[in-house]
Amino acid sequence: MGAYLIRRLATLPLLLLGISAASFALLNLAPGDPAEIVLRQRNPAQLPSSAEVAAMRIELGLDAPLPVQYTRWVSRALAGDLGQSYVTEQPVAAQLARRTVPTALLTAAALALALLVAVPIGILSARRRGSSLDAVARLAALVGAAAPSYALAYGLIILFAVKLSWLPALGYGSAAQMILPAAALSLAPMAQLMRLIRASMLETLGQDYIRTARAKGLSEQTVATGHALRNALLPVIGAMGVHLGYLLSGAVIVETIFTWPGLGQLIVGAALTRDYPVVQGFVTYIAVVVLLVNLVADVALRVADPRLRFGRGERFRF
Amino acid sequence: MLGLFLVVSLLLGGLLAPWLLLDDPTEINLPERLLSPSMTHPLGTDHLGRDTFSRVIHGGRMTLLAAITTLALSMTIALTVGIVSGYHGGWLDTALMGIVDLLLAFPSLILALAVAGALGPGLLNVLLAAGAVWWVGHARIIRAVTLGARQMEYVMSARVTGAGNLRIILRHIAPNIIGPIVVIASLDVGWIILGIAGLNFLGLGAQPPTPEWGAMLNDARPHLQTAPRLLLIPGAAIFLAVLGFNLLGDGLRDLLDPRTMQTPG
Repeated sequence: MGAYLIRRLATLPLLLLGISAASFALLNLAPGDPAEIVLRQRNPAQLPSSAEVAAMRIELGLDAPLPVQYTRWVSRALAGDLGQSYVTEQPVAAQLARRTVPTALLTAAALALALLVAVPIGILSARRRGSSLDAVARLAALVGAAAPSYALAYGLIILFAVKLSWLPALGYGSAAQMILPAAALSLAPMAQLMRLIRASMLETLGQDYIRTARAKGLSEQTVATGHALRNALLPVIGAMGVHLGYLLSGAVIVETIFTWPGLGQLIVGAALTRDYPVVQGFVTYIAVVVLLVNLVADVALRVADPRLRFGRGERFRF
Repeated sequence: MLGLFLVVSLLLGGLLAPWLLLDDPTEINLPERLLSPSMTHPLGTDHLGRDTFSRVIHGGRMTLLAAITTLALSMTIALTVGIVSGYHGGWLDTALMGIVDLLLAFPSLILALAVAGALGPGLLNVLLAAGAVWWVGHARIIRAVTLGARQMEYVMSARVTGAGNLRIILRHIAPNIIGPIVVIASLDVGWIILGIAGLNFLGLGAQPPTPEWGAMLNDARPHLQTAPRLLLIPGAAIFLAVLGFNLLGDGLRDLLDPRTMQTPG
């Protein structure tokens, strides 16, 4: 376990270096001169002169060769300085920090909601395979996976905020304002988790030790919750990292619709205005978060499933 | 069957859109703005008086074209990386799969957003961005199939008879890959439509007045209170298209070999 953890932790900096270098290269290979973009952002009324652009290039440090720019960026990033936004001229790191809490709240609420619905229904669906409940649950999962979060979000707003006036449609601050965005965000992971849990429960219920447990005369309830469930939930732990990715992707859209002041709104705005330092800082930041969550999920899986600790050490994949 | 029906109607609508004698989807007609559905405008008109039905049909055409382009782009990358990785093996395999693992861990929409942000707004840029991030999972599957096929005895005997690498790949390995690819592709179209419409909705892709479902949703945002229909119609169109392709893909997967499949995402 210790050796495994050390090995995994040791590869993290390498991965991060890879991601940051890739995003740096991407932004610099992209057409258009950042200096010119900055000047146009600050003064949209007139085209900047070439002298102004040249001065801005020096101000932004864009006149140095790319490898120099990149090393400069990395050494500053290590000190927690991710540069300044071209548009708002605020430090990127502070913006990321400020917007992390709303996004964390929203994704946590959506994940909790998804699990709360998906786990019991997925289990029931597997235990009563072929029943009408199973059929309805599978259909719901199929529909849920196809529903675009943006259309769903507007459907919820129209129904609950415009027609029924039960819930506030927009804004951030109160618990009531979180209900609609969290619901809109949770549907897709809910559908996927339900399929995953159903499949994993079915597989577990077909194992030999389940037959043994049944042969011992244990009730179906004890077999399902006492014996099968623990193993059936293992893939869910393993999939948490992936689902965090889905949630973050979904949050980008949901936050934009509900004017939720989180990371998603920040990156959309930055992508639209080509605010490179924000995009670069954001990509690196998300990479850190996703890699850490994946690491935690893998470690949790090893804690929960001793077989993996003695196996070939392969990661769980889906 | 429902999947097939939905996909076929989308294809027909998309292919025939220019010949269906619909109103011009981009023609602005302010006196007729925000009309409710009627005989002349089956789904009403939008805030600029454009016929919503015509825009949905033309939007389907745009969506299909976009999805197919993205699919072709991402499949080309996935095939190249997968085959090279599986066939060559060794350090190249390790390096390529390392990149794949890295990208797999990253949320795809955010990556596409970063790429689209770097390239600037525009439908073509969105397609490039989506294609550039979408291939990763598939490369892994194609690599696994290639790896399996390479160890077959008929590949060995082909090599003994003096066949070159290219010939072995095209004649002996490629046929193994076609089955999985068909299934992946059909399961994929739905996800790609969702992703591209999402980027368009965010305003990064198709610019007005192009009829595109995601962009139509974005356009309709200010009219949430007065004409919720304008949001619900393109939303339903995206939903039905994605559902259709997902159902069709599931059916194809059951029909063809299910062994090498993974859940896409």
